Amino acid sequence: MTAHDASAPAAAIGPTSASLPREAMATYRLLFLGLAGLIVVAPLVIYPVFVMTVLCFALFACAFNLLLGYAGLLSFGHAAFFGMAAYVTGHAAKVWGLTPELAILLGVAASAGLGLVVGALAIRRQGIYFSMITLALAQMVFFFCLQAKFTHGEDGIQAIPRGALFGVIDLSDDWALYVFIAVVFMAALLALFRIVHSPFGQVLKAIRENEPRAISLGYDAARYKLATFVLSAGFAGLAGSLKALVSQIATLTDVHWSMSGEAILITLVGGVGTVFGPIVGSVIVIAMQNYLAQLGAWVTVAQGVIFVVCVLAFREGIVGVLARRLKMRL
Amino acid sequence: MIPFLDISTQALFGQLLLGLINGSFYAMLSLGLAVIFGLLNIINFTHGAQYMLGAFAAWMLLNYLGIGYWWALLLAPLIVGATGVVLERLLISRLYKLDHIYGLLLTFGLALIIQGLLRNQYGVSGMPYAMPKELMGGRNLGFMFLPNYRAWVIVASVIVCFGTWFLIERTRLGAYLRAATENAALTQAFGINVPLLVTLTYGFGVGLAALAGVLAAPIYSVNPNMGADIIIVVFAVVVIGGMGSILGAIVSGFSLGLIEGLTKVFYPEASTTVIFVIMAIVLLVKPAGLFGRTA
Repeated sequence: MTAHDASAPAAAIGPTSASLPREAMATYRLLFLGLAGLIVVAPLVIYPVFVMTVLCFALFACAFNLLLGYAGLLSFGHAAFFGMAAYVTGHAAKVWGLTPELAILLGVAASAGLGLVVGALAIRRQGIYFSMITLALAQMVFFFCLQAKFTHGEDGIQAIPRGALFGVIDLSDDWALYVFIAVVFMAALLALFRIVHSPFGQVLKAIRENEPRAISLGYDAARYKLATFVLSAGFAGLAGSLKALVSQIATLTDVHWSMSGEAILITLVGGVGTVFGPIVGSVIVIAMQNYLAQLGAWVTVAQGVIFVVCVLAFREGIVGVLARRLKMRL
Repeated sequence: MIPFLDISTQALFGQLLLGLINGSFYAMLSLGLAVIFGLLNIINFTHGAQYMLGAFAAWMLLNYLGIGYWWALLLAPLIVGATGVVLERLLISRLYKLDHIYGLLLTFGLALIIQGLLRNQYGVSGMPYAMPKELMGGRNLGFMFLPNYRAWVIVASVIVCFGTWFLIERTRLGAYLRAATENAALTQAFGINVPLLVTLTYGFGVGLAALAGVLAAPIYSVNPNMGADIIIVVFAVVVIGGMGSILGAIVSGFSLGLIEGLTKVFYPEASTTVIFVIMAIVLLVKPAGLFGRTA
């Protein structure tokens, strides 16, 4: 019950697993192919801008999940990276007239840089303090965005041009943009998968499970955590940059703490520490926001209720439960 | 009026007073957070919402039941504290064996629910809450004008903070609480009802937040979002002060409020971020917090 009670080990966040056996790899290959198929078919059935929004938030949650699910670090400040990248990409595309790939690159670089600063400070404390520090620093970024000139305060950056990819492919067409977003999303997802299942990812899990022991084995835990934080911030930034192109606006909502809460909610609903959980969670949370939008603050209430229910009775999330039932890793 | 770096003494002391008032709220809120964290090991994210509920309870008591400020000062913390007791028993108590992260997530969800419900009912514009007649007006101190109500808020919060410190550090009940914080299992073995103590502690911490809310109601407009932003600042205050000591929470609350007020005079653009900057510096220099014990 107290911090000094070391006898009862705290229930670990996310699955505890070793490296991937061959048959698991084959399943993953099939699942990734299935996901790719779904992404190809989805816009034929559902409004493509909606699917693109789902993909952006799924990527945002995947980035957050890298930190919580595999390093056990709960960041309450990921909106800072998401929103900052959206602003930078929007500014670069609109004011500097850069092509979308360069604008995205700048956005990712900005959020990764920000992640380096925030991460270096936050990993100096552990557990709940880590969460509070990330939240506080993200709030500082929010106030910065509120006052800075280039973010245009309450108005945000509006009418961001989607531009032409590499100066050739016009992305103002929803379908062209869809293909671009889908490809980037799949590439990012595979990269995250690779990171998690690499030796680097294994060390990360070791640190999560027992930090002093990992340190005693010679791993520099702080550097691993910082590297993960920067990666997570970078991918969250990628999600924010893509979102800026899809919705063509970057506003204070993107850097507000409630956006950090959204990443947490999506991950929690889908399943912390699962590969596909954030994607399932994103479909649910974004659909709920879309369909309940006219009910105003009831969306907030519903999100709160989902938080409470998930924490009390559904900690594994949808994909987590599915994985347990099917006795496989998802 | 003595010119001081181009800033009139009037403005300087005015902002210092505002800072001190903000500091009073930071101190009371971080005190409640620290007390709750000490025993429950949960960061109570609902704290901001409960501060807001305190202000709303005072507003409702006045507008629906005609009960005035002074009774509200007593009743609102009791009512909100009672809801806290219910929350602790029904929901929070289920999480003690889990990772602390879940406590943060649960209380975050609860805060969303409370804020959302009140936003639906009362909108976001905020409602005025009249100052009690006895504390209207103010006095001229020669170098500045001191509104009576603001002086009262500072005095009241100093009393509340000192009272809490006394309760925890100098009474038998406080000794039980400190013992349970140190080692819950052993304290229980001595025949002290620790689960009850935990529930009451949560209720007390929540009541403290509600009391701060009632004190804040006549100064700030009563609105559903009033707790959301202050709680993040209070988190920073808690990181700076460290949650190990009661006095640490009080001292850092008041002094950070003052620093914020000073920043408003000399460099207004930074006034919203100065506390976070200080937090970053403290993390670099003394990661455990100024008054913190290293875990």
